[in-house]
Amino acid sequence: MKVFVPRDAAARALGADAVADALRDEAVRRGVTLSLVRNGSRGMVWLEPLVEVDTPRGRLAFGPFEAGDAAALFGDLAAHPKALGPTDALPWMKRQTRLTFARVGVIDPLDLADYAAHGGLVGLRRALAMTPAEIVAEVTDSGLRGRGGAGFPTGIKWRTVAEAPGPQKHVVCNADEGDSGTFADRMLMEGDPFTLIEGMAIAGLATGATIGYVYIRSEYPDAIEVMHAAVAIARDAGVLGPSLLGSGSAFDIEIRVGAGAYVCGEETSLLNSLEGKRGVVRAKPPLPALQGFMGRPTVVNNVISLATVPVILERGAAFYKDFGLGRSRGTIPLQIAGNVRHGGLFEAAFGLTLGEIVDDIGGGAASGRPVKAVQVGGPLGAYFPRALFDTPFGFEEYAAKDGLIGHAGIVVFDDSADMLRMARFAMEFCAIESCGKCTPCRIGAVRGVETVDRIARGDAAAVPLLIDLCATMRAGSLCALGGFTPYPVMSALTHFPDDFAAPPQSDRYARPPKADQYPRLPEAAA
Amino acid sequence: MPGPSEPADTDAEVRAIIARHAGLEGPLLPILHAVQHAFGHVPQTALPVIAAALNISRAEVHGVVSFYHDFRDAPAGRHVLKLCRAEACQAMGGEAVASAAQAMLGVGWHGTTRDGAVTLEPVFCLGLCACGPAAMADGRLVARLDAARVGALIEGLAP
Repeated sequence: MKVFVPRDAAARALGADAVADALRDEAVRRGVTLSLVRNGSRGMVWLEPLVEVDTPRGRLAFGPFEAGDAAALFGDLAAHPKALGPTDALPWMKRQTRLTFARVGVIDPLDLADYAAHGGLVGLRRALAMTPAEIVAEVTDSGLRGRGGAGFPTGIKWRTVAEAPGPQKHVVCNADEGDSGTFADRMLMEGDPFTLIEGMAIAGLATGATIGYVYIRSEYPDAIEVMHAAVAIARDAGVLGPSLLGSGSAFDIEIRVGAGAYVCGEETSLLNSLEGKRGVVRAKPPLPALQGFMGRPTVVNNVISLATVPVILERGAAFYKDFGLGRSRGTIPLQIAGNVRHGGLFEAAFGLTLGEIVDDIGGGAASGRPVKAVQVGGPLGAYFPRALFDTPFGFEEYAAKDGLIGHAGIVVFDDSADMLRMARFAMEFCAIESCGKCTPCRIGAVRGVETVDRIARGDAAAVPLLIDLCATMRAGSLCALGGFTPYPVMSALTHFPDDFAAPPQSDRYARPPKADQYPRLPEAAA
Repeated sequence: MPGPSEPADTDAEVRAIIARHAGLEGPLLPILHAVQHAFGHVPQTALPVIAAALNISRAEVHGVVSFYHDFRDAPAGRHVLKLCRAEACQAMGGEAVASAAQAMLGVGWHGTTRDGAVTLEPVFCLGLCACGPAAMADGRLVARLDAARVGALIEGLAP
């Protein structure tokens, strides 16, 4: 009997380990030989832990599974109280276009043979038969744009690195997925790590880079563990190392762990962190493509950008480009989160409207109350009101509505949300996480909290001050932390003016943050 | 500020950690993680040893240690409870969970209970945004918390 119990961090946080133990115990008690695979998550987080049983009719899903449901899984499967039917027939699965996440939740994440049996390594083999320029052209033609949020064309970045002179080049994978509402990088690394490894190897072949780094945030212990194991397995199998699949081309990967600084998700601050420095943002130019890690030419790409490269090489640029909307080509793994009934990962071609995503796919608020606001693109993304639910998902489409898609995290709030508090939190978060390089970010965010507090006390004169401050932060910050914090603040103010105009309520005024909530300041003297 | 007194063999262990990372480019963060793993914090006495080995100033090492939220200059409580404060968890009542935890422990953010049992820390996103509010208790992830469940979680941590 072959059973799948996810080892994904969300499934484990919801009790998957206890479920796996209960299934093993029950199998021993019944004398049944159990083949238990700890797979990735299928992305239906509201059904986790989602247990699957392999049958001649395909995989059957059961969830949300509890340890007490284990015994019944050894009886009539159709009569199991948590039976959901065939996994692939579930509406959530059927409606998706799974390209980047095709194998996540399907295969054993650390079984290279399973990976190859599901289309893995086809892209790398094809790349090994191509010239670097041909690989770059294929990625450029696919229309793939950076999935970390900036949306820069991946192929053009690769061409810059390929053409840059230098004896040593690098591929750096940005796995510092700090945006609230996002977990696609985590799920990919935990559920199909070889896809990321393959994508990085292809990036190495395309650019002449031979050393890769995956910079994973420390808040992701499961992803760190799986990536370490996967790199070791890939190295043993010759998928990494001095001769990729016997080709004679070298590429290897090292896993590095962040240390709890949100700003290190910004590429130049990530590079400083990787070099062992404070994660302070660097001015551009020079571009990291020309002077990145240790001043050498460096590709810095997000996990999803790199993990999408294998399918592009496998199926071809034209196939991938065929999906999407406008200048946003291909698919995007939407992460539907917050106060939502059906939360999880949903990969689809660009172009779904926000209303389809939140109401239709997500099923509205988990609380059953009306949806009031949706923050798209993480803590630096705008809050969208229902009036903008017709916005189709795409880079330009969101920019046109004074928002951004970021890393495609979608956080739903019901009508109990106080948008003034959310604006205040955006400023507070910026104050805590600012690297300190740019004054409008470092000091502006602190002033921003104070200014929002004045508005909360009923001081209407503080509103134009807040608008002015946002303009200064936006124009005067090197990176997106200070530059984009105005998005959530201004969108809250613009779309939810009632929350800012309401008379002060005694329980509403939030006390100023305590001193220990600000970044630690350097001590005056040692 | 002098750190708490360290065992005499701190230097030797720090040197051994540095040696294990000798082959890395940009080894400072991996070294600091390993030192914190070994001692539970980054002792002040480790800074000059690391600085000398990497040929950088003690101030530079201090600058890096103090920049990152993960590194502590003093030991934490016997248990560390990290509660997510980010937006997705807030949308599911994260603030109420945090208030309940703070009231129960009698500490604010970054505080340690008087008996040294639990340190409470904020964290900004654990990637569990579709099953919030989320927490990490001694490295173990927990999802879908409410005031009652965080209470049970804290009961399970003590003493």
